Amino acid sequence: MLKYTLIPLLPFISFLINILFGRNYIKDKAHWIAVPAVAGSFILAVSAFFDVLGGHDVNVNIYSWIVSGDFNVSVGFLIDQLSAIMLIVVTSISTLIFIYSIGYMHGDPGYYRFFAYLSLFVFSMLMLVMGNNFLVMYFGWEAVGLCSYFLIGFWFHKKSASDAGKKAFIVNRFGDFGFGLGVILIYLTFGSLEFMQVFDKAGSIAGQTINILGNDVNLITLICLLLFCGAVGKSAQLPLHVWLPDAMEGPTPVSALIHAATMVTAGVFMVARCNPLFSMSPVAMNTVAITGGLTAIFAATIALVQNDIKRVIAYSTVSQLGYMFLALGVGAYSAGIFHLYTHAYFKALLFLGSGSVIHALHHAGHHDEQNMQKMGGLKKYMPITYKVFILATLSITGIPFFSGFFSKDEILWRAYQGGDLGKFLWLLAALAALLTAFYSWRLIFLTFHGTFRGSHEHEHHIHESPPVITVPLMFLAFGAVFAGYVGIPPIFLEHGDRIGEFLAPVLGHPAGHGTHAEEIFVILVSIAVAVLGWMVAYNMYIKNTGLPQKLQDRFAPVHKLLFNKYYIDELYSKTLVQPMLKASDKIILGFDTYIIEGIVNGVPNLIGAFGRKFREVQTGMLSNYALVMAIGAVCIVGIWVFLK
Amino acid sequence: MVPLSWYIVLSAVMFSIGVFGFLARRNLLIIFISIELMLNSVNISLVAFSHYLQSMRGQILVFFVITVAAAEAAIGLAILIAYYKNNPTIKVDEINLLKG
Repeated sequence: MLKYTLIPLLPFISFLINILFGRNYIKDKAHWIAVPAVAGSFILAVSAFFDVLGGHDVNVNIYSWIVSGDFNVSVGFLIDQLSAIMLIVVTSISTLIFIYSIGYMHGDPGYYRFFAYLSLFVFSMLMLVMGNNFLVMYFGWEAVGLCSYFLIGFWFHKKSASDAGKKAFIVNRFGDFGFGLGVILIYLTFGSLEFMQVFDKAGSIAGQTINILGNDVNLITLICLLLFCGAVGKSAQLPLHVWLPDAMEGPTPVSALIHAATMVTAGVFMVARCNPLFSMSPVAMNTVAITGGLTAIFAATIALVQNDIKRVIAYSTVSQLGYMFLALGVGAYSAGIFHLYTHAYFKALLFLGSGSVIHALHHAGHHDEQNMQKMGGLKKYMPITYKVFILATLSITGIPFFSGFFSKDEILWRAYQGGDLGKFLWLLAALAALLTAFYSWRLIFLTFHGTFRGSHEHEHHIHESPPVITVPLMFLAFGAVFAGYVGIPPIFLEHGDRIGEFLAPVLGHPAGHGTHAEEIFVILVSIAVAVLGWMVAYNMYIKNTGLPQKLQDRFAPVHKLLFNKYYIDELYSKTLVQPMLKASDKIILGFDTYIIEGIVNGVPNLIGAFGRKFREVQTGMLSNYALVMAIGAVCIVGIWVFLK
Repeated sequence: MVPLSWYIVLSAVMFSIGVFGFLARRNLLIIFISIELMLNSVNISLVAFSHYLQSMRGQILVFFVITVAAAEAAIGLAILIAYYKNNPTIKVDEINLLKG
């Protein structure tokens, strides 16, 4: 048992040591504690994975957390196929990113703080993944949100960064509110919060309804939709996606670890974990699928025209998360988790690669270090970063035999099998794949090809990042290329879909059926869109470099709409934030001034008035005090004598 | 043989002089002396009653009073000197920092 407890505990110990002793004692040696801790977690996670592979599932309660009448919650771990995969993803990527951060954060005044928060994040994420009941999951869910807030606002002296942190936290609250209600409703319905008990009883409440405001609502559907609210917030799906692009204000390793590879996939993990509930509600499943499909295409269109290198990748993340939800929604849970797993590697690689570029430009004295329009021609200065970027891009765009191809194709194929709605979603996803290919290559061409568009002086100072940064990139590149080989479609290799079979005990087999001809058609379409996107990007940014500007002028309103992200932020600002601020200005401020301040100031004023009267007793004349004392003594004696 | 009442009267007179000096005089040294006077008037009455009652208790108490008086005088004078170093005055009507 100790082994499983240590997996989350090691990062937590690292957090405690760094946060308590970091400022005065550890300082820039924080990584000597954090890296071994998380690497230890990784080793234990691998060992746990092999336990599961050998058929040893674990479902154990470690500690009795809340005991209140009938309400019993324990801190307990459930290590099955699903959480084993998540453990591998979380700990392996964390380890690489911790090492990368040694180089990236070198010399930052908050170095120890960075590693402390990062360790806390890993602890929280592992609790989320390993929890065997909804409350432990909810704990992890909120704690990763808190760490996300800490780390987005890590450079809190920058106003944009602290604003982005607040935004992420507040937007996530909207989703988490739904998730919290969902957890409460699960307890009220099933009388337990443990996954296994809830899922066992799920069949017994099929078809039950609950009356809300006069409408009968299917209980399971309601629970699923409430849980999905949380997933929408955490995984940045429409309409709560607005926080993720802003979260790029945080340091790049944070973007890679939290806002690409792990935390944002918590929603996908949660829906997959609750698949026995979701599978019972077609309404909830369709909601998940449609939300995912729309988000995939919506975010991809925004990514087409953004100029900030990290924002492009951020929208790409939103889009890829949409794919995962699409897969979950059509019932292909293992395809969703498979994509989560491959995406973690190539997206972390993209982020860390862009971090390497930003790092190099920053050290060259370039001030607009994230603007791709001010980059170009970095290929010859940063050969390693360039190569790993190419590998990641080949993977994300779904070029055959890179890992992204296998997982994305699995999703497209499962969607295609899902009836009319499925066909429509497949169309959306294929279109999104085309856009993905275009903007991913656009990023490469703008950053690494052509000529440098900054000043000459800066150009001379650009050089490749140190090995502590490039070596983790190479490891991730290995993952980005080969991670997909655990899920080769059966059409290429009999029993190739090892991950699907591995996950089947938890996630089941997808139901759809299709012919070989259809499957080949789907594969050919996805290859075609990947190549087409690459060709269009090549044409626009290498051969015909004037073309983007012409198109921009020609379709100015469209460009403006996309560039301003469909004005969603402005819409929220106008409809939610501004009215809220106005209301608080008028009503709450008035209440504050007259009632709260009336009480707060009135009491001391009253006491002050009494005080001013009584202070005159204090004459400062010693003789007066002595006289009063003498009279007092006489009085006491007099009372004693006469009243006895 | 001097009767007890004489001692009591002497003691009362001394005590009254002490109280008067304590209340009316402005000089801090005089006030100290007045306090000593009051303490010693009490000593006289204690010794007188001790003799009258043929009991040693009163005289033992006198030793305590003398001890306390010595300590009090030492501390009081120390405070007085410390104060004088900062504010060169020992007139109590000019020492009125605590005036409200």
